[in-house]
Amino acid sequence: MSTFTVTRSNRSSRTAMWVAVLLVLTAATIPYWAPEDNRSAWMREFVEIACYLVFALMWNLLAGYGGMVSIGQQAYFGFGGYTMLMLSNFAGINPFVAVPVAALCAGLIAVPVSFIAFRLQGGYFAIGTWVIAEVFRLSFANMSMVGGGSGTSLTAFTGISKAVREQTTFWMALAGMVASVVLVYVFLRSKRGLALMAIRDNEVAAESQGIAVQRTKLAVYVVAGLGAGLAGAMYYLSNLRITPDAAFSVNWTAFAIFMVVIGGIGRIEGPIVGALIFWVFNKFFSDYGSWYLMGLGLLAILVTIYFKQGLWGYAQQRWGWALFPTQRRLD
Amino acid sequence: MMDMLLQTLMQGVLLGGLYCLFALGLSLMYGVMRLTNTAQGDFILLGSFSAVAGIAALKWLTPDATWMPLLLSPLLLLIAFGAGFMLQRQVLNRVLGKDPLPSLVVTFGLSIVIQNLLLELFSADPRSIETGGLNIASVQLPGGWAVGVLPLLILALALAATYGLQWMFDHSALGRSFRAVSDDLEIAQLMGLNAKRVYAYATGIAFMLITVAGVLQAMRTTVSPSDGPMLLLFAFESVIIGGMGSFKGTLIGALLLGVTQQIGFLFDPGWGIWFGHIVFLLLLLVRPQGLFPKTVG
Repeated sequence: MSTFTVTRSNRSSRTAMWVAVLLVLTAATIPYWAPEDNRSAWMREFVEIACYLVFALMWNLLAGYGGMVSIGQQAYFGFGGYTMLMLSNFAGINPFVAVPVAALCAGLIAVPVSFIAFRLQGGYFAIGTWVIAEVFRLSFANMSMVGGGSGTSLTAFTGISKAVREQTTFWMALAGMVASVVLVYVFLRSKRGLALMAIRDNEVAAESQGIAVQRTKLAVYVVAGLGAGLAGAMYYLSNLRITPDAAFSVNWTAFAIFMVVIGGIGRIEGPIVGALIFWVFNKFFSDYGSWYLMGLGLLAILVTIYFKQGLWGYAQQRWGWALFPTQRRLD
Repeated sequence: MMDMLLQTLMQGVLLGGLYCLFALGLSLMYGVMRLTNTAQGDFILLGSFSAVAGIAALKWLTPDATWMPLLLSPLLLLIAFGAGFMLQRQVLNRVLGKDPLPSLVVTFGLSIVIQNLLLELFSADPRSIETGGLNIASVQLPGGWAVGVLPLLILALALAATYGLQWMFDHSALGRSFRAVSDDLEIAQLMGLNAKRVYAYATGIAFMLITVAGVLQAMRTTVSPSDGPMLLLFAFESVIIGGMGSFKGTLIGALLLGVTQQIGFLFDPGWGIWFGHIVFLLLLLVRPQGLFPKTVG
């Protein structure tokens, strides 16, 4: 009788876990050790990058694991931002409490939206979700309550000191980021995650093995909407001013696609590596405006054609690196 | 009241003619190779701006010859065909396959590149093509109505393009090979068809249609580098409303979308486009296969 063992982690993933804990602790204490002059700038930048990362992680979950390539996730990003702002401004809820509530609302609205979006497949699903995001944008742009096309500001912070606001926003973004990574990681390692990857690889075969394909896809779509909503709510908690054109801009999804494709789609490390690269690019080249965006577009094209697995995929194949292993190995 | 309704209907149909020209290229590329061109709108604008630049260059070379722009059209169409052919051969053929992601990322990347290139070259100012009064000329209809000559011309071109494409698919050798690679790629290749070449022809023809659409859009109204996504969504909605894979369906879908938007504009200028999107999504909900579903051929 042959015996076998199932391996679900390796040395690099165990080391990575400790490094990650250390990095998170270092980041969490930024408000205490960062130089006073740069402190709020650093925190703001961190919040921004955390929002990009959460958004990209969720896009990766949807497209890389769920096989649903969407160009409309900005619908949930903007919806999360607007809901957080309306709950705080009009319902008098503490903005920090409003953030998770807004994320939940984004997840909830993803359920009826999925009825429409799931009517389309493949490339047409992608553009269909874009139409839905446009409906969201135009709806908020015509709502005079939130300032119509010119947008509105988060006024609920009056009376809270700048330092407290910035620090709490910062910790919240850090917590949201860690929670998103852990959530996606645990989900993908669970039985349902395995089912999801089976669906991505072959929908018909998965269904014949008794996997509830439609229900699993819906669950992923809802979680991805919730995560995108969280990113939007956190972003506008820090930004304080929202406009429909910015909040529902297709650029959010474009950047997420860029990060995921460069880093490597269908692996958790992908968006993380991609977000870091994107952050560096943004820092050095964003002053070049449209030339910079042209470069990003061109890079995404070249990587897709010549380097399908992305940077992390290359490293994984070459050296067997895996920081967040989601596959099971039989030895 | 009745008069206003009829007026709206007519405006909608005329607008729909333009949307049909936006959509035919998308429909053709999806029909032949299941490729979703998310850069459709930006390629339309590339056509518009090429014409704008070409006319400016001609004006500078021969200031007196006002008929020169007419010579430009066949040249532009030829360039468009070549560009589409080469794009398919060199780039898009590499990313076709069962997984829609690579082709989506590549066309989406192209869309960003084109949009920003046009922004850099032409600035964000809206441009248009001088038509020598054609855009404001009108013909009188019985009952005191007037219809613009240019919109009528656009509608006629849309009808001609739709029926021309359908005829080509049904009766020409090229159309037969389009249908063959679409229906069963492996068998078609076994019969000696070079699928990659057939795809290149399809994209070449799609690009000619895209260029016609772009030039007409710039003649009818103004174009700006950031219009692309909007044009793509209108084209996409026309294709889906009509039913995938049928050119006549695309035509009717485009006309319906034009009428719907005009009705929306009648109620409130801010909600016209929104109303068009909503009707599209509702139609998708109740009739996902479109109004006239039929696979090409």
